[in-house]
Amino acid sequence: MAESEYEIDLGNLLAFDRHHQFLSPSSSREEVAKKAIEQGTKLVQTIADALFALPSREDRDGPIVELPAPTTKLPREKPIPRPTPPTTWEKFAQKKGIQHKNKEKLVFDDVTESWKRRYGYDRVNDDNDLPIIEAKATDEVGKDPFAERRKEKKGKVDKQEKNRLHNLKQANKVGALPSHIQLAATSLPITGTQSMPKKISKDELQHVAGMASTATASGGKFDKKLPGEKAPKHEKKYRKFLPAVEGSGMGALEKQQNENVLNKLMSKHSHEILNVQKAVDMYNVKSDKKRKGGGGGGQQKKQWGQSSSSSKLKPNAKPFKKTSHKSPYKGKSK
Amino acid sequence: MMRIKTPRNARVKRELQKLAPKLVETAKKTLILHGTKTSHVLNSLLTEIYHLKKENSVKYSRKNDKVRPFESGGEASLEFFSLKTDCSLFVYGSHSKKRPNNLVLGRTYDHHIYDLVELGIENFKSMQSFSYDKKFAPQMGSKPFFAFIGEAFETVDELKHLKEVLLDLFRGEVITNLNLAGLDRVYVCTALSANKILFSHCAMRLKKSGTSVPKMELIEVGPSMDMVVRRHRNPDDSLRREAMKTPHELIKKKEKNVVKDAVQGKLGKIYMPDQQVGVVPLANKAKGVKRERREAKMKGEGHKPSPKKQKHDINADE
Repeated sequence: MAESEYEIDLGNLLAFDRHHQFLSPSSSREEVAKKAIEQGTKLVQTIADALFALPSREDRDGPIVELPAPTTKLPREKPIPRPTPPTTWEKFAQKKGIQHKNKEKLVFDDVTESWKRRYGYDRVNDDNDLPIIEAKATDEVGKDPFAERRKEKKGKVDKQEKNRLHNLKQANKVGALPSHIQLAATSLPITGTQSMPKKISKDELQHVAGMASTATASGGKFDKKLPGEKAPKHEKKYRKFLPAVEGSGMGALEKQQNENVLNKLMSKHSHEILNVQKAVDMYNVKSDKKRKGGGGGGQQKKQWGQSSSSSKLKPNAKPFKKTSHKSPYKGKSK
Repeated sequence: MMRIKTPRNARVKRELQKLAPKLVETAKKTLILHGTKTSHVLNSLLTEIYHLKKENSVKYSRKNDKVRPFESGGEASLEFFSLKTDCSLFVYGSHSKKRPNNLVLGRTYDHHIYDLVELGIENFKSMQSFSYDKKFAPQMGSKPFFAFIGEAFETVDELKHLKEVLLDLFRGEVITNLNLAGLDRVYVCTALSANKILFSHCAMRLKKSGTSVPKMELIEVGPSMDMVVRRHRNPDDSLRREAMKTPHELIKKKEKNVVKDAVQGKLGKIYMPDQQVGVVPLANKAKGVKRERREAKMKGEGHKPSPKKQKHDINADE
């Protein structure tokens, strides 16, 4: 009965009363606080009812119940860890069906006749334990067999290090480096999404250089260009104008535009063209500007009036521009 | 060439592994810090929040003039602290003429700010101002109850958000096994108006009631205060989706055709393929049962070309 009244999340031991309301304005704070505690007691009792109903097992310290998972979802702290991709050896072993076997750490060394570590300090088969290496018929004169052994061992270690780095590189590519490994460039340990700092490409550098070169009064017009320097990227749109004289091709565009508008207006569904929301917005903006423009200057006000009256009658003089802006070439055409 | 650093010894390696993202996460740590100026109220509030969450929180005692969570550029330092201390919750207190007794609660995801709630603190009553029998005082690190009272926690966006943040801040670790003898504290949050809540912390006394469920009694132990929500910032939608993801490995696959019954125990259903009555059994379709192979096997031990091949050869000769 009570459970239907309150919302309970047993995983978080949380109860939520969504119906309760206080008549707070009249009562003092102490009263409100007291009532809150009273209501809280009820809620806590409800959680306890649900909690003690769970199957429990006796422990030395008291009865222990198994809580269900929380129903209120809260965000994670860190991203989900990605699994490390298998190393080259792991892939090979998988393919061949090679099982990992634990080798014993201690091995009997025949040279010293004692038990020694398989690897590391004082290991089995150590170079330092070999007093003599027997000469073979194939040996070349003047070559030190001890040095050769050392070189061979060093080569193996280097190869292993190379392989390790390769595997780490592959893991880094999918963003799954082991957590204890950190890139030298980032001083802090890696959490999920931190990646290697990106190298700046040649193109980007040239672009930046081009931008910097325009930072003079002349816009870099008279400066000497460096080898490989590119002109700065033009980010804005280029302005387009219709030709002043009618003709074929581009010249006929104006006629086409007018036709388009007319067709829209004359068509059967012309009543659907009107976007009421947009019209209202435009009207509001216009009236707003009028109010503001009253103190600022008469010129702007005049322009508004002009545009609203003339734009309907005259052929569209500035098809690519909004009517509110003033342009130098408008004066010329008049 | 990629330069990498690895820990020199196993102890450091273990420490680093603790910071790594985990499949099942442990309790979130809280960073408690304050801005350039804090009032007496905030100082004691921050200390008491620290006491409430002592086992997984870090308290900074210095002034931080570069931390302004709501302003762009003001979070860089905070995010760095979060990374440094491995905290994903923070409590930031500041006091100014415009916003007196200001407390900002926030969460981070992957050490970037996830969401923020700004609260004004009013009518603050510290732990010291409550007198009660000390044997009922809550134990450190016990799992708290939560009681949220009021419709506004569901209908008003700010309070809904605040509810989630408060729950995240105080709930501690998600656990599966709970000792019923260790229940001793509850946070009671009551919505007073659309942007104001009453927050109080109570100890619980379990009294004998004659039934198996004890009778609960709340003893207010503090801190208690009114929180007025000022500004709040919800998480970005894409970030929220990312943060709310459940790892693929933890999603339980539904076990098909198995039902658990209280009386009969575990029950399974088996589907038998249709018995095909119309078809003659033992249609010799298997490879090994083919006549040619059987004969070839019986003929000899040595390596012989298969009869089919022989036949082909003969054909070729002709």
